[in-house]
Amino acid sequence: MRDVASILPLAVDAVSFLGDGRRLIDGLSFDMPAGGLAVLLGPNGAGKSLTLRLCHGLLTPSQGRIRWAAGAEGRSRRHAMVFQKPIMLRRSVEANIAHALAAAGISGSERRDRARDALARFGLSERATQAARLLSGGEQQRLAIARAWALRPELLFLDEPTSQLDPAATRQIEELLSGLVAEGITVLMSTHDLGQARRLASRVLFLHRGRLIEDASAQSFFAQPASPEARAFLAGELIW
Amino acid sequence: MEFAAIFKAAFALVVGLDPGFLAIVGLSLRVTLTAVLIAAIVGLPLGAALALARFPGRSAVIVCLNALMGLPPVVAGLLVFLMLSRSGPLGSLGLLFTPTAMIAAQVILVLPIVIALTRQTVEDLWSEYRDHLRSVGLEGVRAIPTLLFDGRFALATALLAGFGRASAEVGAVLIVGGNIAGYTRTMTTTITLETSKGDLPLALGLGIVLIALTLAINAVAFGASRIGARYA
Repeated sequence: MRDVASILPLAVDAVSFLGDGRRLIDGLSFDMPAGGLAVLLGPNGAGKSLTLRLCHGLLTPSQGRIRWAAGAEGRSRRHAMVFQKPIMLRRSVEANIAHALAAAGISGSERRDRARDALARFGLSERATQAARLLSGGEQQRLAIARAWALRPELLFLDEPTSQLDPAATRQIEELLSGLVAEGITVLMSTHDLGQARRLASRVLFLHRGRLIEDASAQSFFAQPASPEARAFLAGELIW
Repeated sequence: MEFAAIFKAAFALVVGLDPGFLAIVGLSLRVTLTAVLIAAIVGLPLGAALALARFPGRSAVIVCLNALMGLPPVVAGLLVFLMLSRSGPLGSLGLLFTPTAMIAAQVILVLPIVIALTRQTVEDLWSEYRDHLRSVGLEGVRAIPTLLFDGRFALATALLAGFGRASAEVGAVLIVGGNIAGYTRTMTTTITLETSKGDLPLALGLGIVLIALTLAINAVAFGASRIGARYA
């Protein structure tokens, strides 16, 4: 299916990010090989969103580097991002997808075909002509994922995609994400929902105060967290 | 002429489609619509660029533009008059007392409205869309078409506000147009002149058209915001 060299693995190399004179991300290093769903876990303010934004290129590291394989830095963006609060353009559902494809330089009939594919894949075909901003919260997030999916990313970033949704919509998004992983899309998502991390993650990156405290398979992280911070977090204690 | 007779004569003018009357209405619309069109072509991208750009003195520019929205039309007329008068820098063009000069003066009145309201609309949209647009690779100039399109209903209202200001003003077109019969006489300048001369039916007839126009503008603006609300 992929006709060009992969952008993965992604290498985050000693990345720090300073904001307001504070070190918000501190010496972060990890690799993202192809496959699986990795969860960035940690309390509020741990730097989960910042990490995703740095990886996706919305922020520039103050120190260190974000490297893609095959020197595919920046330009060939075969990675996409879905935000906590879905950002819906003031257009129809289908036009929201078509717009992202147009921005990626995909023209005319192919754009329409791919937009229709994405709508069908995510069960939004019947909503195609409706105004995107009048969809329910769950449908908006589904559209945001469909829009990202239409760009055919190898790696998909999601920033707490279900934190504003009710349990039913959350369940639906989680099923979608499992489907994407089964399709071969690599996923890096942030959450502070432990249940969600247990249900979805194959790997856990535990962040605390801008530092990567643990990087382990989900199984071993939840069974035997190595750090006192992670143990406290899993026990539901407030950690600072 | 008594009061009722004036109204009757005025309505007869409006309904009777008198050629001289229509010529005045036509010139007014031509001048104002052209001015709004030019202001839109220049002001929409400029306002959007101002919304996205960050440079020293930006706040001062925004304050000046907001202040210019209240520029007295006679002052705009005076500025254009000085530019176009024989001894002025553009005097050799021979444009003073022509419809072109009137369009220029009205562009000066409408442009700040279009730029300032576009800046506000686009800036609000950008703060909402920024993450997504940057995510799909649309930054700076490349983001402008999306932002203008998605702000289309608010921007339509901005253009209508500009149209309202230009079609209602009298000072600027009077100074640079000269109120020459059959050539630069608009609805507002004719009302001014005919009222002082005593031809009240003509003045009132034009007044009725102006009020109808204002009503129409507001109806369209209301419709635009209703349609816009469907996209929330």
